[in-house]
Amino acid sequence: MKTFPIGGVHPSDNKKWSKASAIEVMELPDVVNIPLSQHIGAPATAVVAKGDKVVVGQLLAEPTGFMSAAIHSPISGTVTAVDMQPNGQGLRQMMVTIKREGDEWDASIDRSPEIVTECTLSSKEIIDRIKAAGIVGMGGATFPTHVKLSIPEGKRAELLIINGVECEPYLTSDYRTMLERGELLVIGTRILMRAIGVEQAVIGVEANKPDAVQHLRDIIGDDKSIKVMMLKTQYPQGGEKQLIAAVMGREVPAPPALPIDVGAVVCNASTAVAVYEAVQKHKPLIERVVTVTGAGVKEPKNLLTRFGTPVSALIEKCGGLPAGDVRVLNGGPMMGRALCNVAMPVMKGCSGITIINGEEAYRGVESACIKCAKCVEACPMGLEPYLLSKQARKKAWEAMEQNDITSCIECGCCQYTCPANIPLLDYVRLGKQTVMGIIRARNAKK
Amino acid sequence: MSTLIYTIITLFAIGVVSALVLYFVAQKFKVEEDPRIDDVEKMLPGANCGGCGFPGCRGLATALVESDDISSLYCSVGGDACMGCIAEYLGKAAPKKEPTVATVRCGGTCEKRPRTNTYIGATSCAIASSLYVGETGCAYGCLGYGDCVAACAFDAIRINPETGLAEVDADKCTACGACVKACPKGIIELRKKWPKNRAIYVSCVSKDKGAVTMKACKAGCIGCGKCAKVCEFGAITIENNLAYIDSTKCRLCRKCVAECPTGAIKMIGLAPLAKKEPTTKATEPTAPAAAATVKQVENKEA
Repeated sequence: MKTFPIGGVHPSDNKKWSKASAIEVMELPDVVNIPLSQHIGAPATAVVAKGDKVVVGQLLAEPTGFMSAAIHSPISGTVTAVDMQPNGQGLRQMMVTIKREGDEWDASIDRSPEIVTECTLSSKEIIDRIKAAGIVGMGGATFPTHVKLSIPEGKRAELLIINGVECEPYLTSDYRTMLERGELLVIGTRILMRAIGVEQAVIGVEANKPDAVQHLRDIIGDDKSIKVMMLKTQYPQGGEKQLIAAVMGREVPAPPALPIDVGAVVCNASTAVAVYEAVQKHKPLIERVVTVTGAGVKEPKNLLTRFGTPVSALIEKCGGLPAGDVRVLNGGPMMGRALCNVAMPVMKGCSGITIINGEEAYRGVESACIKCAKCVEACPMGLEPYLLSKQARKKAWEAMEQNDITSCIECGCCQYTCPANIPLLDYVRLGKQTVMGIIRARNAKK
Repeated sequence: MSTLIYTIITLFAIGVVSALVLYFVAQKFKVEEDPRIDDVEKMLPGANCGGCGFPGCRGLATALVESDDISSLYCSVGGDACMGCIAEYLGKAAPKKEPTVATVRCGGTCEKRPRTNTYIGATSCAIASSLYVGETGCAYGCLGYGDCVAACAFDAIRINPETGLAEVDADKCTACGACVKACPKGIIELRKKWPKNRAIYVSCVSKDKGAVTMKACKAGCIGCGKCAKVCEFGAITIENNLAYIDSTKCRLCRKCVAECPTGAIKMIGLAPLAKKEPTTKATEPTAPAAAATVKQVENKEA
């Protein structure tokens, strides 16, 4: 079985809690807050104002420039505010607040259950529909999909990779999507292949999900153009660069190089389903599967949730927060961000809510670095986290830039593996942010 | 015996040749340095804090000696006296500046600004502020992890464990500005230093609307503008729901302190204004409450 060549760790996957529960439809919330920035790039520009009536699927905000994404209304009702609201980190950002009235859908959306297999649209038409539907990478990075599919002049895509790896421990939203919405995923894959003009696609799935691999292979049948590849379970295989290395054996050069430079386009499994819905059913991106899981959660679930639903409602649905100190993470335990505000709305990149309670919610006591180099061994990008974190503490930004800090994917392998409990990632991330800022300022000067 | 003699002679010869080579090389590549730089460096405090913008005291000394107009160069650690001495020595016009002191503009003590969560990441304000809002609901206030303490070369700032806020020892502070640069929230400001460390300043930098500020912190500035109305010197401006007192215009009249409904305007080293006679009916109920708040603040300072 293939995997990426350097680094990586193998934490206990802990998918057992939510693995077996089928996707449930979450009740519609009474009030939603829709952030205008749910993607990488410029925040969208609101096209609705206070007092406007909206229906499900109606455009709320249009993309600001190329590197941005449209945002649609997930519920029908009245816009009560377009204002600054606290996000999951407690920081205020622009959100559209909608009070729900019934569940009225936009007439252009095809809500019939039948599956539309045929797609005869041209590449440009497909990409336009994807852009209009506001689709972004749903694995967590939230990179606008239409940008990814618009192949720059002079470059050629050779292979489409569908990321069904879901290497993040605890989370099962992609797994359940592959099992329950596999047909749509495969059609979505074919549409994506059409959009970028490739003959071959690979669906990468880790070995801890053999039933998903089998299910997808059954659906694909004799079609030779799509291959399901079982990959050795290893974190962070779901990282774009790691997946390309595992599937194609090619290394994406350091930034600003992109996967397209080695002929690859990577899309998440849930994104492929969203592409199907957008292109074949005219349904914009208004909902996603969110895993709510953790050792202390009474009923872990995979919930098909409309965007804007508060995370607290999802937690209530799954039996509420466990007693004592808890850490609520937006995402999984490796890449997830702790929330200080559980009223945070579910967004496009929110694949799961992980609740850690008890002893595990705390970090171990930090001790001195003994230069064991475990972090160096674990780093999938071949960096030296112990050195970078030390340089970040000393504010040696130039040295960090020379040591390729911008290549860091913030996977957290270094911190996971550190026997001295040093918050390596915290410092490395601070350094990365600072260095990126310095580079941006320098480029702006030019 | 002869081996010994040959060895000594050889070594001696090598020594002589090397000395000659070194002598001529040293002559050839000699760096002429103004001897005054050494003298000026000795006159500077030698703290090497970097507050002047140069890497160390020698950097500033070189700049002082080499530039004709030294009005833009200043060592805040040494102050006017030190700069006067140097200017006299160099025969240039002495740069003058009013003494300043670092001021922490946050009054969100543990009781005024309740904690809503616990932070368990690396103990660094820069990291915490890059991750999220902080342990309280206020996105602007002091985080209390001590980046300013680590930056201070003069042991003049500390985190008070009771309030959870950074506190400046005005006697030790040299106004080098290291803490101002270190604070990711931009709370610390260099303000005019009054005799006996007296000061009046708005101890809040929250740009949130009044209601939002109030929800997170009882000591926050809500931008009501009462202080600006009573100020006779035009020192107070309200911008982005926040009052700001220009320390160069303020005359320490204390009227704004008495007026502030939340106690966000702090006063150090001054007695509160004597309770004034109520002029209009509207101010009657608020005046005693405001005075009480001021008194509490005053007690805390003492």
